[in-house]
Amino acid sequence: MHINNGTDPHAIGTKLPAPEARYDMVVVGAGPAGLTAALAGAGEGKSVLLVDENPIPGAAMGNDVPLLFGGRMTTATQNAERMLETVFMSEPMLEAAMDAGVEVLLGTSAWGVYRNGAGITGLPENVVALADKDRGWIVGYNELVLATGARDLAIGFPGWNQPGVMGAAALERLLAHYEAFAGKRILIVGSHNLALETALLARDKGVDVAGLVEVRSAPQGDAALAEAVRAAQIPFYLEDAPAEAIGGIDGVERVRLRSGAEIAVDTVVLAIGLVPSIELIDAMGGKRVLDGARGGYIPGDNDGVTCVGDCAGLADTGFDHVDYRMEWARELGKLSKGDTIVCQCEEVTRADLLGVQPPRYLERPAPMQARSLDTLIKDGPPNPDQIKRLTRAGMGVCQGRRCRDQVAMMLAMAADGPFGSVPLATHRAPVRPLPLRILADWEESEEMRAGWDVWFGIPTQWVPYRDIDTPREREHQTAIAEGWSL
Amino acid sequence: MTYVGMPTPKETPQETMAKIAGSAKGMKVVIVGGGVSGLSAGWWLARSGAEVTVLDKGIVGWEASGRNGGGASHYQSPLFEEEQRMWPHMDALLGYPTEHQQERLVIAVSPKQLNQYHYLAKMNNDMGYRVDLLDGDQVRSMVPLAGDNCLGGMHYRFGGHANPQRSVQAYAWALQDLGGRIYQHSPVTGFETVGGKVTAVHATSGRHECDAVVVAAGPQIQALMAKLGVEVPLAAARAEMIVTEPAPMMPIGGVDGNGLYGRQTLRGNLAYGGGPHEWLETFEAGPPARPSSPLTRNLARRVAELFPKAAHLNVIRSWAGIVENTPDGRPIIDRMKDPENVTVITMSGVGFGLSPASGHAVRDLVVDGACSFTDIAKISLSRFDGIGADWREQRGWQAPKAA
Repeated sequence: MHINNGTDPHAIGTKLPAPEARYDMVVVGAGPAGLTAALAGAGEGKSVLLVDENPIPGAAMGNDVPLLFGGRMTTATQNAERMLETVFMSEPMLEAAMDAGVEVLLGTSAWGVYRNGAGITGLPENVVALADKDRGWIVGYNELVLATGARDLAIGFPGWNQPGVMGAAALERLLAHYEAFAGKRILIVGSHNLALETALLARDKGVDVAGLVEVRSAPQGDAALAEAVRAAQIPFYLEDAPAEAIGGIDGVERVRLRSGAEIAVDTVVLAIGLVPSIELIDAMGGKRVLDGARGGYIPGDNDGVTCVGDCAGLADTGFDHVDYRMEWARELGKLSKGDTIVCQCEEVTRADLLGVQPPRYLERPAPMQARSLDTLIKDGPPNPDQIKRLTRAGMGVCQGRRCRDQVAMMLAMAADGPFGSVPLATHRAPVRPLPLRILADWEESEEMRAGWDVWFGIPTQWVPYRDIDTPREREHQTAIAEGWSL
Repeated sequence: MTYVGMPTPKETPQETMAKIAGSAKGMKVVIVGGGVSGLSAGWWLARSGAEVTVLDKGIVGWEASGRNGGGASHYQSPLFEEEQRMWPHMDALLGYPTEHQQERLVIAVSPKQLNQYHYLAKMNNDMGYRVDLLDGDQVRSMVPLAGDNCLGGMHYRFGGHANPQRSVQAYAWALQDLGGRIYQHSPVTGFETVGGKVTAVHATSGRHECDAVVVAAGPQIQALMAKLGVEVPLAAARAEMIVTEPAPMMPIGGVDGNGLYGRQTLRGNLAYGGGPHEWLETFEAGPPARPSSPLTRNLARRVAELFPKAAHLNVIRSWAGIVENTPDGRPIIDRMKDPENVTVITMSGVGFGLSPASGHAVRDLVVDGACSFTDIAKISLSRFDGIGADWREQRGWQAPKAA
């Protein structure tokens, strides 16, 4: 029997590298909340690193990462230098932060937070993993401030899977920070504050706002905001919903409402809600809680990590965002057809999802066709991660941003339970899609290189059965073990 | 449907199925653990006519069975030829897609790797399994994503891969179609024993009477078997994988090497794992978490070296699984002497690919008391009789002390 003399050279041990820099405070997200935190930290004499992923690389925007850009960005977004300048100029506090000694890295995303805890003790310390357009690296921190904002909530309907269907947060980004919105005339879905503010911003930026569609019988948001929208001659289509977005090669050209009205627009802006961006918290195994008044799942109490701004939860105005979303999901679900796409990356239709059917490149024999979400629910409550594995919904390059929320709502409805009765689909690092060559550790330590093995580094495991307990066993073990440290 | 590089089987899987039909009629079998080994055993037993109940602490295939690389080329195993006989027929036999694909390529980007792969090729050829050696140009013609750094490789004219998640669910559904019952979210709390036999298994779903029990609960086997007075030495560790967005389909998706295991999925994603593991404490309730680590970066590097022409592809997820190992890394497939109607199976980290065969072996032990198709004497539990309490420490496999 092979004994490693009390050490296992192939175990993680101390192989994970130390961070290449350390800061008293690392802030992720350079919106107002992140900047305020960074300035406060610098004011206390702390070393502060502030990272922000803007300007988003064109390729990521094309995949609707991190927001639902819906293909409505101008070609200006492909010019990285110009975008960097535009983003910098759009936020005056950035200069103040730099003057205060904050190290500011734009075009830099945080794609993972790693901490020792349940199931992992091999980290030299708590680290944040970063990437820019050239490379990935990790930094250490004492305090981590997440100011990652909120992302768009997408709910599908017929025709939503074409250019020109985008989210309110993406529109705000393009209008207010990038000066790069390619649409001319928009229809807004929803009428709570997000939708009302979107309408006013768009109007101010010279975009023609064709109206707001509201499933309920009255505008939902702040009365003064609704009045301002009315005063701007922007119509509300109440107790109505988009039945279909109709378009051509360049995407949306018009929208047909349930009521039958047809509205010529080049862009539909989903402004039903925003989802606090808890990807990093969830991927690090942090605590989170469901709070409908604050936009859904929000961070719980996590030692050493502070969440500020929208990622900590939307402002509580007493409005139940989750109820509102579920109402929209129910209505848009009714307007959808079996072939309406739910997951755009993997082209999973509503019928495939509810049927728990495999992707189209696989056969569907009779027993497979007889299975459905209904039969699966007999075995236990639906779990989005299980549905994801079977249907591939949420498995694509947008990392489930376009479908995870609507899938969760569809599962809750199918199981006849509230939104919170279905577990949250897990987020995993990297929480941004990042190229292999960027993510790669090209400066891997010799210890990592020397200790690498394809599996557990147990030579006896690979000895052919017939050679066990024969003279050949030792020969194989030696040859196999020597071949490791590839 | 057979392999070029393997001996021709004496019997078709359909003939085997006909032979075993009804052989366990009326036998009540409780399977503890709905991973791939337990589900395959349950499916084989149900094909034999047994009344099968599977109890799982969570969802079927939720642990390592559904998180692995999907490889099915474990030539070292006594179960290998049976696995190879079965896999090409599993979709038809189960009635659900497994995404099984035949053949493997292992490619080298360093001279040391090439030497190692040549040794393994010879080891296989000595066993009668055909492996062809390839030079760099031959690899590049077969593996469009390989680069100039590739020095050569080997082509297994046998083996293959499948989709772990889909396959596990396929076993579970096929078992249900045969009348088997699966209780999810139903951890086992104890056993009732009468006269050297387990007569019922207690779980949160209730009391399940049985004529035989199969314990296939992965790392939790140790704690469960301790309840029956049987010591099973196991140590659990965490292993990690990453996956990219889809790449153009390669003619053979089962390509790995450069210290990695994995495959190109039928969707085109590159899913690979490897590298250092972390030994962990084991909990009866299962792992509290399955975190990945910055090892993601080392995996990304190795995949980029393996497939330089895919280095621009986005990594979209990483994940980890908790895997149990026996002290020699070999499986335990054994029927106990006391209680004599209990059969234990752990595949020691190499269970997915071998599952079509491991279930057959368990079926044979449960129904006939002996494996009908291969010798498994060297993977009995008794080989660990008298193993010292410090066996983990001797190997450096101990879990770090909690902080």
